[in-house]
Amino acid sequence: MPIEFLIFLTVFTPALVGGLNLIFNRIPNVRDTVTLLGALITFYFSVIIFLGFDGQATRYKLATIMPGIDISFHIEPLGIIFSLLASGLWILTHIYAIGYMRGAKERNHSRFFFFFSVSIASVMGISFSGNLFTLFLFYELLTLITFPLVSHKGSTEALRGARVYLSILLGTSIGLQLLGIIWIYFSVGTLDFVKGGILNGSFGSLELILLVGLFAFGIGKAALFPFHRWLPAAMVAPTPVSALLHAVAVVKAGVFTVLKVGVYIFGLDSLSVSGATDWLTWLACFSILFASLIAMTKDNLKARLAYSTISQLAYVVLAFSLANSLGVLGGTLQIVTHAFGKITLFMCAGSIYVATKKTDISDMQGLGRVMPITFLSFLIGAISIIGLPPMGGSWAKWFLILSSLEADKQFVVLVLLISSLLNIAYLLPLVAKGFYLNPKDRTEIKSFKEPSAFVWLPPAITASISFLLFFYVGYIRDFMINFGLVS
Amino acid sequence: MASEIKQGALELVNHLPILQVITPMLIAPILVVFNNKTLSWLLSFVGALACLFISILLIQAVSDGSILTYYLGGWAPPIGIEYRIDAANAILLLLISIISAIVLIFSYSSLHAEIPEEKHTLFYSCFLLCLTGLLGVVATADIFNVFVFLEISSLSTYVLVAQGAYLDRRALSASFNYLIMGTIGATFFVIGIGYIYMATGSLNMMDIAERASQLGDNRTIQAGFAFIVVGMGLKLAMVPLHVWLPNAYTFAPTVVTCFLAATATKVALYVLIRFVFSVFNYEDSFVNELFFLLLMPLAVIAMIAASVIAIFKQNLKKLLAYSSLAQIGYMLLGLSLMSQKGLASSLVHMVNHGFTKAALFMSLGAFMLNTKNVYIKSLRGLGKSMPFTSAAFLIGGLSLIGVPGTAGFISKWLLLEAALETGYWLVAILIIVSSLFAVIYIWKIVEVLYFSESSESYDEVSVLTLMPVWILALFCIFLGINTSLTVDVANMATEILFK
Repeated sequence: MPIEFLIFLTVFTPALVGGLNLIFNRIPNVRDTVTLLGALITFYFSVIIFLGFDGQATRYKLATIMPGIDISFHIEPLGIIFSLLASGLWILTHIYAIGYMRGAKERNHSRFFFFFSVSIASVMGISFSGNLFTLFLFYELLTLITFPLVSHKGSTEALRGARVYLSILLGTSIGLQLLGIIWIYFSVGTLDFVKGGILNGSFGSLELILLVGLFAFGIGKAALFPFHRWLPAAMVAPTPVSALLHAVAVVKAGVFTVLKVGVYIFGLDSLSVSGATDWLTWLACFSILFASLIAMTKDNLKARLAYSTISQLAYVVLAFSLANSLGVLGGTLQIVTHAFGKITLFMCAGSIYVATKKTDISDMQGLGRVMPITFLSFLIGAISIIGLPPMGGSWAKWFLILSSLEADKQFVVLVLLISSLLNIAYLLPLVAKGFYLNPKDRTEIKSFKEPSAFVWLPPAITASISFLLFFYVGYIRDFMINFGLVS
Repeated sequence: MASEIKQGALELVNHLPILQVITPMLIAPILVVFNNKTLSWLLSFVGALACLFISILLIQAVSDGSILTYYLGGWAPPIGIEYRIDAANAILLLLISIISAIVLIFSYSSLHAEIPEEKHTLFYSCFLLCLTGLLGVVATADIFNVFVFLEISSLSTYVLVAQGAYLDRRALSASFNYLIMGTIGATFFVIGIGYIYMATGSLNMMDIAERASQLGDNRTIQAGFAFIVVGMGLKLAMVPLHVWLPNAYTFAPTVVTCFLAATATKVALYVLIRFVFSVFNYEDSFVNELFFLLLMPLAVIAMIAASVIAIFKQNLKKLLAYSSLAQIGYMLLGLSLMSQKGLASSLVHMVNHGFTKAALFMSLGAFMLNTKNVYIKSLRGLGKSMPFTSAAFLIGGLSLIGVPGTAGFISKWLLLEAALETGYWLVAILIIVSSLFAVIYIWKIVEVLYFSESSESYDEVSVLTLMPVWILALFCIFLGINTSLTVDVANMATEILFK
């Protein structure tokens, strides 16, 4: 099958699945099976693209909007990794979402699954975008499509959260990112992603700093301080949305864009020579520590995880700001390992909610005894996020530390170490409380049990993958090195 | 004999410029003679379709950069009246014809809700006269002829706006307001024409341009230009000469609002563009200073202030009217940059905004068929009970914001590029700020539509009402993906204008 056809299929299948969701509105079992099949097919297509990739960065043009501005796709290692990640986790999240939506008695299932599938389609579009314009198109689409998911409950609180979500994401992308894109187009005359960057010195050093700022802040989905408020606000969404979209797809689309712009628009060499990202290193470090400190004050589990996500996303922005190939390697590994770790944590939070309707950490004492699988999965996910062996997350931190040493920014090492300590301080108490403390209400706790397998199995799987990643991370590294993304 | 027929057939193509204008004008009195409601609609619709057909032929003929000329009555200019079609006005002719055809489809099902049936014939004949006027203003190359057609369209517009009085008596004062302001504008315009005639002794645009360039720095011509800018400023609702517009748009029947919002102000802006580039010398320092010192600040003020006002409006027609003022600011800004890119963005935005605003006003009109008013609170929960109308409104709204993939994005992109090219960084940032305001006022409506519980439930409007709404909504998307109709033609037009 010609490869450009495969790209269109990968983008089109989830959108088609979304449409089928609306058609099979009245027959939930058929609808959910169709979606599951669609997720499997999408993943299958991503795998085929991955296997068929020969390192040729050919571009496939879908349409020309204006001279020099096309909707085009291309295949490169970063995008392949991201598409595999998002489509693979979609399968698990979908299984989880079936159990969650029914278990937590949410309403409007078809609408929910429709927007969910279409948002996956735009994520696929983002991962295979061949130029900045196409990326921006799908980026904005993703924002708009996820809005109804955030406001799904329709309560005043949900609406307020969704409004913050939309205004920050649209505000930054239209206000800053678009300006940056037009500026590049105006100065360089092209927006294509080319390895090594396209700027070719058309920007002075001060202008380059401004441009980095326009993208670092303009890509609001990367949740860099001070544009991070949308992430906690989005936690009003049902948990599967928080798990896949706000731990993986949407936020990772943000940091993926950051890395992609860094590698294919700015070019790592010109960035590290000019030093235009030095200020960003400081800001990313601040964002890492700041968000971790806020996370410690949150008693609501999802809010705590949201702030933890902000902190972890800043790792990838940090990787971009270090502007060397070890950094890109560390950043990519962070995208992958954090995705598995954080989706585990969110799914566990959701299964606790389905089983007990509890959202606050202080109420979860002793729950580990009745929900051991959930709490063990949480523990594994947490260790991966913290970055301790034997979990995958440790490699991301390892390469980031190497990268910061290479960039001659030793203070970053210190920040990374402090951040890991803070992660321990806010993630592990939940597990300790769950297993060791006595429940407040002994009679109530007896009525709780693990929810259906639909709900507890997916986090257990993602937790296991976090563990396996520790041993198989070399494959990702080799893949990136073989195809010249990093050296 | 056979050869003569052949010659006649050939001549038909040559007569297209005049047929474009005269078709609706000839149909208008016929309607009154028959005085039958359905027949009037049918004839008007056929007339509009004929106009559309002609304008498509015209744009095909001029899209390669050629110019069609037509001498009225065979009298050669500068004595006779010349009609002159190039890429710049062909695209406007097309816009006006398409919008009028679509609006007429909508009027078939919606007009009876707003105007008593015995008035329909007169309404349609006024509508056709208005169409004639707008087409004529665009097609002609004779400046006094511009004035005549402008008055034809304006006078019929006053009548059309006043038709809203059957629903809300305030339409009368809105129309009167418009009448006074419009007449002042027309007077300024005709005084300006007088000055020019005084200095050059000619009324033909090309002829004036030639003679004026020989005169050099002439105070009379400059005074004439100033009068024309003010006169057209009134007609195109340039801030601070805009006060007639919000009320006129709010209280006019929906059909009229759609038509005017999509075409009337654009035609006035076109006249300004035509005068600047084809009559006067755009490189003249007087013209440049006037645009830089006067029009650009006014355009920026309109862009920001009108958007802010729109945020606080509860009456949605008024909200969209203020948004129109802001969008006119964009177009004026593009023109005032005085560069090829700026002018192209201005022309493209005329078309894109025409479709966008017509889609928004028309979907509001469809809501109004059910809710009977357009206050924001009466739209609660309509996203569920009127899903198709709401979706069309959403598409129009996204295009107004300028989300990529919609028409609005293209014009915003071009305008930003033009602003950066000329080095006006601050202006570029203000353009973005203004579109963020658009996010606020559009999203305010979207939230009410989709995320609040409705007190009453309505049925979706009929297919015949939905069809025009959706044609416009699809245009908003189509023009965001395929820009060969807008950007390419606009580039061609700027090349002709800038030669």
